[in-house]
Amino acid sequence: MRYLTTRKRAEGLGSARAGTEHHLAMTASGWALLVLVPILVFVLARTIGGSFDEVRATFANPFVAILTALFLVIGMRHFAKGAQTAIEDYAHGATRAALIMVANAAAYLTIAAGLYALIKLAI
Amino acid sequence: MVQFTLPKNSKIRTGKTWPKPEGKSIRKFQIYRWNPDDGENPRVDTYFIDMDKCGPMVLDALIKIKTEIDPTLTFRRSCREGICGSCAMNIDGINTLACIYGLDEIKGDVKIYPLPHMAVVKDLIPDLTHFYAQHASIMPWLETKTNRPAKEWRQSIEDRKKLDGLYECVMCASCSTSCPSYWWNSDRYLGPAALLHAYRWIIDSRDEATGERLDALEDPFKLYRCHTIMNCAKTCPKGLNPAKAISEIKKMMVERVV
Repeated sequence: MRYLTTRKRAEGLGSARAGTEHHLAMTASGWALLVLVPILVFVLARTIGGSFDEVRATFANPFVAILTALFLVIGMRHFAKGAQTAIEDYAHGATRAALIMVANAAAYLTIAAGLYALIKLAI
Repeated sequence: MVQFTLPKNSKIRTGKTWPKPEGKSIRKFQIYRWNPDDGENPRVDTYFIDMDKCGPMVLDALIKIKTEIDPTLTFRRSCREGICGSCAMNIDGINTLACIYGLDEIKGDVKIYPLPHMAVVKDLIPDLTHFYAQHASIMPWLETKTNRPAKEWRQSIEDRKKLDGLYECVMCASCSTSCPSYWWNSDRYLGPAALLHAYRWIIDSRDEATGERLDALEDPFKLYRCHTIMNCAKTCPKGLNPAKAISEIKKMMVERVV
């Protein structure tokens, strides 16, 4: 029980002076993925049914390798920020903070593992 | 975490069915009832009204019920013409004003509940204390730094037109209480009504606190909890578009950065 005025409750801790960067990053990465994903799907679809060497050769192509790396980094950052928004919507308190950390950790882990695999394939 | 089920003492039970009058055009009304003083769970009472002896709006029916059938039915009302915003409630699944919502717009039984996801004071009256405090927090008045002019703060016709679609808001809370983001985070998210009012003062050519207003709104919860779900624009009984106002604020935020 706390005796707070309604205005004090409404103001809370005040403005965080943040959020625009997140909003901009989501918008920019959304547009980038709109271009990257169809190209990547088209390129990867051509490798379906191919041998291991053919797939390896595809990823050794600098254009495909850079495209895949960009997709991994931009896509996973987009995922982490999107997941953070969804978590902030539905979870509260310590659960919220823990889930945001998990989402970010999963995204960075996927980026690291994906880049490692890509380098192994491409070089 | 978000609760998807009602607490035990908020579960709605079947209430009293009031006697059916004689007449040709009888209509059934199912109305949410809750009295904080009797310690009972909320219930839905059933009333019957002869529509030949009732006005055309939902508020007419409510007033008829209160006057002729059950004087304990509690609801807010004042102007009867969509100006005061008092009689906002959930009618047939839509948050709207009972005074301007026609009974002919509803098919079948008329179901009336208080505005969703707000604490209920009694029956159809929600507690709007926090909602009003959020509105006050966006400083809904003209902030100026220049010395007051001898006559008036001048405004061009074009600049005045920018306030259309904003100043008409009657603060009925239909939009905010239809917004899922507001349901889950109303402690921190300002909601569509307060943000529409915030934009009304941000865009006012006479206001000199634009930067401070944007500073106060730049927050992952106060502003950016809006996910453009558009329930606010769909439900607004005045036909306003709070989602557009919020997106204009976001555009101004980006304009400050890029």
